[in-house]
Amino acid sequence: MSKQKTILFACGTGIATSTAVNVAVTEAMKKRGLTFNAQQAKATEVPGLADSVDFIVSTTPISASVTKPVIKGLAFLTGIGKDKVLDEIEAQLRK
Amino acid sequence: MSDGLMQLLDPEAIVLGSDASTNEEIIRILAGRLEALGYVKSSYADAVVRREMTIPTGLPLERADNVAVPHTDPEHVLKPGIAMGTLIKPVTFANMEDPDEKLPVGFVFLLAINDKDKQIEALQSVMATIQNPDALDGLRSARNLDDVRAVLG
Repeated sequence: MSKQKTILFACGTGIATSTAVNVAVTEAMKKRGLTFNAQQAKATEVPGLADSVDFIVSTTPISASVTKPVIKGLAFLTGIGKDKVLDEIEAQLRK
Repeated sequence: MSDGLMQLLDPEAIVLGSDASTNEEIIRILAGRLEALGYVKSSYADAVVRREMTIPTGLPLERADNVAVPHTDPEHVLKPGIAMGTLIKPVTFANMEDPDEKLPVGFVFLLAINDKDKQIEALQSVMATIQNPDALDGLRSARNLDDVRAVLG
């Protein structure tokens, strides 16, 4: 059993859309038998926090200086292309 | 419909068929309602308008009338609430994920949020409505509160 991974959920305020995405991903991954630690932050805080997490799911653009994988989370707000993004997240969690 | 969004929307903060022609205009109309109803401070409208310029909130739904969810930092919020506006003619918002892309927006949900742990349900209700094309079509043709209630339950 590998160590539980940490996902950093980011959005403009770190409180609105990142919360919605965090909840949607947590529920969907539970159905796939996967759990993870979740953190939330403003997009502007991500460069300072990225080192301590495994990857990032964000609804807004993230600074190119961040080297951890960044997965686009807008699909959880629009509903469009959600399954594909969930597959990406599952792949990162199973790494 | 079981979105339950109606329980979170203040009826006094619903504006149907606005003729606003810019995103700032509809944001200020809806923010004015939230301020008058005691949900937000007088600093809220400016804060939302300013934030929309740098961190936009348009959501691309592959429709002619997309959705935007403007909001700002909790310090401008007194208590949680949601205002909703529908537009006669879509106004332009930038795409949240790609600020260079402009989107025609026909529905605006203005969010006053100050505690993410307590407002998850509200956010989920808004998302469920956004992701339901029938609900959006129903809201577009809604002319009064009863019409809105019939759509959002």
